[in-house]
Amino acid sequence: MESDILVVDDSAAIRKILQRVLRQTGMAIRTIAEAGDGQEALEVLKAQKVDLVLTDINMPKMDGLQFLAALRSAPQWSTLPVVMITTEGGEAKVSEAVRLGAVGYVRKPFTADQIKEKLAALLAPARPL
Amino acid sequence: MKIDELIIEYLSRSITDVFSTMLGVDLGVGEISVENSAPEANDGVVSFIGLAGSWVGTGSLACSPVLACRICDHMLMTETSAVNEEVLDAVAELTNMIVGSVKTELEKHVGPLGLSIPTVVFGRNFKTKSAGTNEWTVARFHWDGELLLVKVCLAPKERAAHAVYHSIPQACGIEV
Repeated sequence: MESDILVVDDSAAIRKILQRVLRQTGMAIRTIAEAGDGQEALEVLKAQKVDLVLTDINMPKMDGLQFLAALRSAPQWSTLPVVMITTEGGEAKVSEAVRLGAVGYVRKPFTADQIKEKLAALLAPARPL
Repeated sequence: MKIDELIIEYLSRSITDVFSTMLGVDLGVGEISVENSAPEANDGVVSFIGLAGSWVGTGSLACSPVLACRICDHMLMTETSAVNEEVLDAVAELTNMIVGSVKTELEKHVGPLGLSIPTVVFGRNFKTKSAGTNEWTVARFHWDGELLLVKVCLAPKERAAHAVYHSIPQACGIEV
């Protein structure tokens, strides 16, 4: 089954890198939507089905932890898998993300292999042609 | 270990790690020192990011437009010939990752620190000045003849009534 992914980061550079990395993972990915902050991400989620969210923490308007809390308080998104991809590597932020139900945590800078490894358990591999 | 020594160690490691991981570039060995009058950029691309908590400070990265485009090209696997939105965004994110990594390591010693959203400036004949503290850890790396300058200052909150101001008497437009 192909998955739909949402990438949330205020940096267009990171969104572009993640688009490229995700396409190279060999996972069965159908679409990769983008949002620049948590508020925008909620709007995207209202408009389309998403199977997995990758989100930054430090963002304007609504940061990644606020966004994660908003997801967990909404019945339709309470179990949506969310992976944090962030420069915030401090124990307090990691603990908070885990408490809110993040299923993974990747620190920037990241390698393509780290992203692939994190997603391997969450997404189906692409079918061979 | 003194905080200056920690910043030197973490900043050096962070710069080489970010360039290696995100750009695939080995920057080699840079020069890192603690300076009382840190160099202030007045041309090119400069990004700033604030640190706040029981200690406060600023991280800054400065480079020429040529180097900014090269950073963007390696990071995004693209080709740019002039500084545009994409280049500024790449430099801002690079600063975020470098200073963010230093912040994460320093938190083990000084407690939780907040990290601001980065601000990036591009122009000619502008002036930047950081008030409130004089001591900066300054890292200078060279990449094919272009200078990359990264500097960090951090001081206990009560000692560093900190402010950064920028004056741009003759900013130039973004060349897209």
